[in-house]
Amino acid sequence: MLALENVDIFHGRIHAVRRVSLHVDPGEIVALIGANGAGKTTLLGAISGLVRVGGGRILHKGDAIQTLSPDAVVRRGISQVPERRLVFGPLSVEDNLLLGAYTRRGRARKADVAADREAVYDMFPVLRDRKKQAAGTLSGGEQQMLAIGRALMARPSALLLDEPGMGLAPAVCKEIFRHIVKLRDERGLTVLLVEQNAKSALAVSDRGYVLETGRILLQGPSEELLANRDVQRAYLGRERDAL
Amino acid sequence: MRPWYARNLAKAAFFATALFLAPFFLPNEYYINILILGGINALIALGLNLLLGYAGQISLGHAAFFGLAAYATAVATTRLGLPIPVGMGLGVSLSALVAWLIGMPTLRLRGHYLAMATLGFGIIVHIVMNETVEVTGGPSGFVGIPRLALLGFSFDSDRSYYYLVAAVLALAALFSLNLIDSRVGRALRAIHTSESAAQTAGVDIAGYKLFVFVLSAAFAGVAGVLYAHFLCFVAPSSFGFHFSVQLVVMVVLGGMASVWGAMAGAFFLTALPEALRGFEEVDILIYGAILVACVMYMPMGMAGAAAGVWRRIGRLRRGRVPGQGEGGHVG
Repeated sequence: MLALENVDIFHGRIHAVRRVSLHVDPGEIVALIGANGAGKTTLLGAISGLVRVGGGRILHKGDAIQTLSPDAVVRRGISQVPERRLVFGPLSVEDNLLLGAYTRRGRARKADVAADREAVYDMFPVLRDRKKQAAGTLSGGEQQMLAIGRALMARPSALLLDEPGMGLAPAVCKEIFRHIVKLRDERGLTVLLVEQNAKSALAVSDRGYVLETGRILLQGPSEELLANRDVQRAYLGRERDAL
Repeated sequence: MRPWYARNLAKAAFFATALFLAPFFLPNEYYINILILGGINALIALGLNLLLGYAGQISLGHAAFFGLAAYATAVATTRLGLPIPVGMGLGVSLSALVAWLIGMPTLRLRGHYLAMATLGFGIIVHIVMNETVEVTGGPSGFVGIPRLALLGFSFDSDRSYYYLVAAVLALAALFSLNLIDSRVGRALRAIHTSESAAQTAGVDIAGYKLFVFVLSAAFAGVAGVLYAHFLCFVAPSSFGFHFSVQLVVMVVLGGMASVWGAMAGAFFLTALPEALRGFEEVDILIYGAILVACVMYMPMGMAGAAAGVWRRIGRLRRGRVPGQGEGGHVG
């Protein structure tokens, strides 16, 4: 479905991502964990076409997509829920959702888009109650729901989520993750999930990659990573248990 | 949902009626002159507002697009002997084409590159107008532009010319309102809020910025040809950097991202110097003081202040204090 082959990315003179290879199979939830500054957001940016790669290839359904523009990537069916949500604050909830369907146009699609909007409202009923409200006035959790809903409006086959749990109360965070799993189960959506909160991410994902200073350090099924001592020490804060 | 052409029709019709009635409340023809120039400035401000208020891009060279079109129709209708409609078409197309050429490379970059490019462009155009004396007449201006005549009707009287400008302005306002309410308008507001988020939603931001920039230059071009065939005389001093800045001030003073605000700002700033004529030597000081007061007491511009007053009236009528006011754009 989605594969990165020896991807190198530079920020000026800084080598931010070093020869990273990873793959996400259809219907899989893959977690990409790592500390601040490990290069996680940069990698997602590269897949979305927001950041240019310095070397290597990004494949989607077998085609190289690393040179495509961001809107072309969205049209191919890869949507991103960006870090810090980035909802369009002054615009209404409804306009935010319509913007998500931006790549779908024409009269015939209009009914489809309206139906998808209703599906998002069914998924997150709180958004329906606030559809005329400016998105900037929503709570953090509601904004995250809106950001996910907006990404779904493009009818993606693959969803990239950048720290969906950031700054949310644990209960809200849990609910967001539950929805992500539900999306995969019900719609067969492929998910690449970037998180600093390794525990919650590995709890819902099938496989995981650990990124450190731009390199893939470890990879494997999520349970294995959860049990791995290095991961526990570095990201789960369980050093004493292990000893 | 109503069809696209029927949206905002009521607002535009109300505006057109107000423009139609305005001359009947004015004591003499001199005021109509000011209204015409105000209308022409309002046309440029409308276009600039789409660029500045909605797409968040600054152009410091709109006076040049205005002037380019004015000079193009001047040269075409006199030296080349082309009919007036052809000259006007050439003028508008030239402004749009040049905007496209400038926007192509600069709008792909993030940041204020468009401001810099248009700043330089405006200065170059001004120099060319001054120096190419054989074509433009140089600093003393270009004389002998024919007064507008269309389909056998000659707009000789100021009143008839005013109604032409008013009609064009009302149509341009309707067009702008509909554009903002459309899919394109939503994309523009998204770009203004967050470019990254707009990109992840699949909006081709470089393409839309370029489209709006070319559109706003075309608005300035339409204003330019109307200006040339109204005064029958153009000179480089009308199209300098000072006027470009003044246009930006019109949009900001009127209220960013408001169609009505931009036009109100344009009319206000066109009429203000005339109203201050009586103060003779201190007029420029009073002009400055009024601008400072506007920015201090109406930080959201005239449109923002009007919306505030409207909300307060609503509150008084309901007799209670509601919670947060609605966000979003005005007009």
